[in-house]
Amino acid sequence: MTASDALGAAAKSGAEAALIAAILAGDREKFHLLILPYEGQLFRTAFALVKNAEEAEDVVQDAVLKAYRKLASFRGDAKFSTWLIAITLNEARGRLRRENRAIVDSLDEQREDNADFTPAALTDWREVPLAALERQEIRKLLQQAVAELPDAYREIVTLRDVEEYSVNDTAELLGISVALVKVRLHRARLLLQKKLAPQLSRTVKVELKRSPKRSLFGRLSWL
Amino acid sequence: MALKCRHVWDHISEYIDGTLDPQVRADVERHLATCEICSAILDSTRNIIILMADDRVFELPLDFSKRLHARLDKVLKHEHPEPV
Repeated sequence: MTASDALGAAAKSGAEAALIAAILAGDREKFHLLILPYEGQLFRTAFALVKNAEEAEDVVQDAVLKAYRKLASFRGDAKFSTWLIAITLNEARGRLRRENRAIVDSLDEQREDNADFTPAALTDWREVPLAALERQEIRKLLQQAVAELPDAYREIVTLRDVEEYSVNDTAELLGISVALVKVRLHRARLLLQKKLAPQLSRTVKVELKRSPKRSLFGRLSWL
Repeated sequence: MALKCRHVWDHISEYIDGTLDPQVRADVERHLATCEICSAILDSTRNIIILMADDRVFELPLDFSKRLHARLDKVLKHEHPEPV
């Protein structure tokens, strides 16, 4: 974390503390503002567990209402975002449990040992720029690859790589050891590389072949 | 120590996160300097991680936020947060 990141984080948590104090003092409407920055994060986390957009939305709504009702019990020693995510994970797990769809935390050891965690060997890699995400085709490839990960890997990748929580925070949120987070994260990343690198590489190549024609219509090669 | 490709793959994730022991990191870097395949594996894995962190990949359902705040509004109007 750079000095300015640290300052930014401190200012944010100070602003959140002030909002929380105001809400608890009766300015309840401010709760809207408090959760606004985290809506996307909560949805993606819920979606990683329940795997269905409608259900994920219900989970987030229930979690946010619970967070409001329990706001007085939030202690400033944790980050507000982590506290909210923890409530969302609980809600999602509760729902899965009620429907007997609970994520089996100890992945089937047999499968974990035998699975092929070798990456896709490429001789060269042409970087896929962030601008490529404007294309639905590229977004779909990424969504699909994450959706196909085993459950326990998908939740780790979502917290660590999509939401960018630290390995330690991810371990705490999931109630598993840091060592296990690292092992699963590593395997999940290699599974994603194995699946996506050839697909993305192919898509990029096709695009490059097409681009001279497209240039007649302007610089649209990534759109 | 000279590492084989397979050993380098075992360290890719921690290499990206910068949590490798300095000695192992130096060994990995020595290997990467001369191995095109492992360099491409590292670059593609890192690239995929960067892409996944972008908000555009997993978009919110249309009006998600509107529905969330409408439901919240009903509760905020009538309820205080619970006392500790």
